Amino acid sequence: MEHSIILRMNNIVKDFNGVKALDGVSLEVTRGQVHGICGENGAGKSTLMKVLSGVYPAGSFDGSIEFEDHEVAYKTINDSEHDGIVIIHQELALSPYLSIAENIFLGNENATRGVIDWNKTNREAALLLARVGLDENPATKILELGVGKQQLVEIAKALSKRVKLLILDEPTAALNDEDSTHLLGLIDHLRTQGITCIIISHKLKEIKRIADTVTVIRDGKTIETIDMAGPDATEAHIIRAMVGRDLNNLFPPREPAVGAEVLRVENWTVHHPVDVARKVVDGASFTVNAGEIVGFAGLMGAGRTELAMSIFGRSYGTNISGQVFKDGTEIQMRTVGEAIEHGFAYATEDRKRYGLNLIGDITVNVSAAALAKLAKYGVIDKHREYKVADSYRQKMNIKAPSVTSITGKLSGGNQQKVVLSKWIFSGPDVLILDEPTRGIDVGAKYEIYGIINELAAQGKAVIVISSELPELIGICDRIYAISEGKLTGEVAKADASQETLMHYMTAGKD
Amino acid sequence: MTTTTPASKAPTEPPVKRRMPKLSINLRQYGIVAALAVIVILFQILTDGRLLLPGNVNNLIQQNAYVLILAIGMVIVIIAGHIDLSVGSVVAMVGAVAAISMNNWGLPWWGAVLVSLLVGALVGAWQGYWVAFVGIPAFIVTLAGMLIFRGLTLVLLTGGTISGLPAEFTAIGAGWLPSYLGELAGRDVLTLALGILTAVALIVFQLRTRATLARLDLPREPLASMWTKNGIAAIAIVWFAWLLSDYSGTPIILIVLAALILIYNFVLNRTVFGRHVYAMGGNLFAAVMSGVKTKWVNFYIFVNMGVLAGLAGVVSTARAGGAVASAGQNYELDAIAAVFIGGAAVQGGVGTVVGAVVGGLVMGVLNMGLSILSVDAAWQMTIKGLVLLLAVAFDIFNKRRAGGR
Repeated sequence: MEHSIILRMNNIVKDFNGVKALDGVSLEVTRGQVHGICGENGAGKSTLMKVLSGVYPAGSFDGSIEFEDHEVAYKTINDSEHDGIVIIHQELALSPYLSIAENIFLGNENATRGVIDWNKTNREAALLLARVGLDENPATKILELGVGKQQLVEIAKALSKRVKLLILDEPTAALNDEDSTHLLGLIDHLRTQGITCIIISHKLKEIKRIADTVTVIRDGKTIETIDMAGPDATEAHIIRAMVGRDLNNLFPPREPAVGAEVLRVENWTVHHPVDVARKVVDGASFTVNAGEIVGFAGLMGAGRTELAMSIFGRSYGTNISGQVFKDGTEIQMRTVGEAIEHGFAYATEDRKRYGLNLIGDITVNVSAAALAKLAKYGVIDKHREYKVADSYRQKMNIKAPSVTSITGKLSGGNQQKVVLSKWIFSGPDVLILDEPTRGIDVGAKYEIYGIINELAAQGKAVIVISSELPELIGICDRIYAISEGKLTGEVAKADASQETLMHYMTAGKD
Repeated sequence: MTTTTPASKAPTEPPVKRRMPKLSINLRQYGIVAALAVIVILFQILTDGRLLLPGNVNNLIQQNAYVLILAIGMVIVIIAGHIDLSVGSVVAMVGAVAAISMNNWGLPWWGAVLVSLLVGALVGAWQGYWVAFVGIPAFIVTLAGMLIFRGLTLVLLTGGTISGLPAEFTAIGAGWLPSYLGELAGRDVLTLALGILTAVALIVFQLRTRATLARLDLPREPLASMWTKNGIAAIAIVWFAWLLSDYSGTPIILIVLAALILIYNFVLNRTVFGRHVYAMGGNLFAAVMSGVKTKWVNFYIFVNMGVLAGLAGVVSTARAGGAVASAGQNYELDAIAAVFIGGAAVQGGVGTVVGAVVGGLVMGVLNMGLSILSVDAAWQMTIKGLVLLLAVAFDIFNKRRAGGR
């Protein structure tokens, strides 16, 4: 029992219309361990988990799965959940208008003849919340919770199903450091209770901290399984296995050539759109120069995205006051259209929601922000549009068979490249990149950094907003820290360390 | 196709993987055209050849013109993620206004048409205002519109009907182009000439597009597939003209319809406005953040729907020869059904003018075939409902089989 294998996936092959997403992946998970799965985007990690959980039913792939020493053939997610395999997807699947308790027992209600026993439901929910360390009333509605707490509700929901194998797909991608730490602690705790856990993550530090074993997948194949107590348990080793090459430098080299001031924002104040009295951004003033990469560091909810979006055509907030100067002249950007005309671009942190038309192909997404460039008298030159999109596909190394590929089917890194292509094609002078590498693997990150450097080298003013401090320190010339809507510090690259930044980012907090 | 060694040739064909996505999208379009063909053949057999008698083919166009016009406007509304439930009532109200403008105000026929289109545009602007700038869901706004404009129609007609409209006006819905080129063996030469001209124009246009693609080195459809597709289409067009020429010639409304299809196909595929409609249906937030003036686009979508509903009002009033308070009932449902049969997505972002028109024809052929078979009206309705359900189910089944990742 102690070191038995709970799950064996043998030689799994899954293809989509002739394209092999999984090409003979094998995986062995030991009972009671935390098993990390690493791999670049598109390596097949999520597909593998969908095969396991029955999203892709048995028969639609080749290979065999053994769970607790029985060969299993799941036709639906219900089948796998019945056996105690629960998957928590990157995009959380909770119903926002239902309470915590209702969500935990959704589809699994404590009911007799269809009548729900609310006392039992709330009591059990409270016990589960205690187990995951979430101090909330079970009657609280999901929409009142932050992402971190929602994640804990998902785990509570999994526990309610008597989970034996918990699969977490990028659980900390949307979490701040504090919530991430808590989540990892919880996984540790679940391990002591004998719950096996598979964790898919791009954050190698996390993997290193939490996993007992790591399997690396690349191009649909198992590359290596690493014992994290062994000598190979280094980040460098894992990265090498993931990308198939050495990444001795995570950030491409760059010679900054900083020019004249392009953007100056003075005393920028933004109020919350609903809670109008609340200042989300409070008197922010900053500058960005040509050819400079300026970072904005802040904890989640500090007002980074709100600052960016309110500048970008007032797409966030009410009662906005303050001045924006571009090349020394004050400008007004009342709509996104005006912002684009003034040479601004904002690549969103949430590309699926705000960045891409996922049912559209690459072409329509690349041209979306600058159709006027391709049109005459309102008529689009489709041939030119295609050529433009195709040139970006090649230049940005977007991995897709052609620009008529549907963006929703691309991996996160390639989707991000489409978003960047769209904004670069709009020909901006000021680019605001909000979490440009969120949910993207190491190899693609490096490529994105290269693109950012290139933009700066062209003399554009680049703003990068990121939750990952090493990333900001690695690529920015200057970093502003933001806390509770106020800019609390400005640090030059030479003086930047995670500690200094964190100090400013938490300034004013009790 | 020749009969020599078909098997030995196939494997040597180079793979066309690169073009796969484009073709699979087109297959959906062919699917609905194929369905139309199957339904036509089915009823042709069931009715012992009566379905495609020249008179019936003529009626198919004249009777269904209103659905096709409405479906063209509706497909844009639906792609953008809205719906318009009011068009039937708008058709009735515009019909009343048109009749009153001619009979009471003494306007000439073209004046009545202009007034009708203007009224339609105003109705569209009214609904567009509430949807786009106030932010009330189109379902609610147009549900209210359905009641409001039906009520106003009753007010205008005070419960009665207005008939005795000028012949020039009724010709829009029930007339034909004059036989400018005379007759040949009892057939209208102009109709035949138009048919042949259209077929030739289709092929020339396709070849030119192909040549442009080749010059720019863009991916092209395989030559054989292009010829098969357009060859069949060209033959169908000529045959269609052949049938019409044996009746009364080219219905005026057919010319109007052809122009609308060409114009709106162009608008949706080639213009910035059309692209914005698709972008908003695909992801409204992304469209906003890309600088699309979504409010104005929504507004114009409804103004356009209003104008087309106005035109449909003119056409159906002209065809009926008078304005009735009960005109246009359930027209909105016919148009919506046509759009969905034609492959549009309920969530928005997907749909084509050609699909909507073919969807409307599917409904029209069903109506006509069942009427010729003297199927009871109650059963006709039931069958149409089932066809709508099956068409969309088939579409969803297809998509699922294609396997979204």
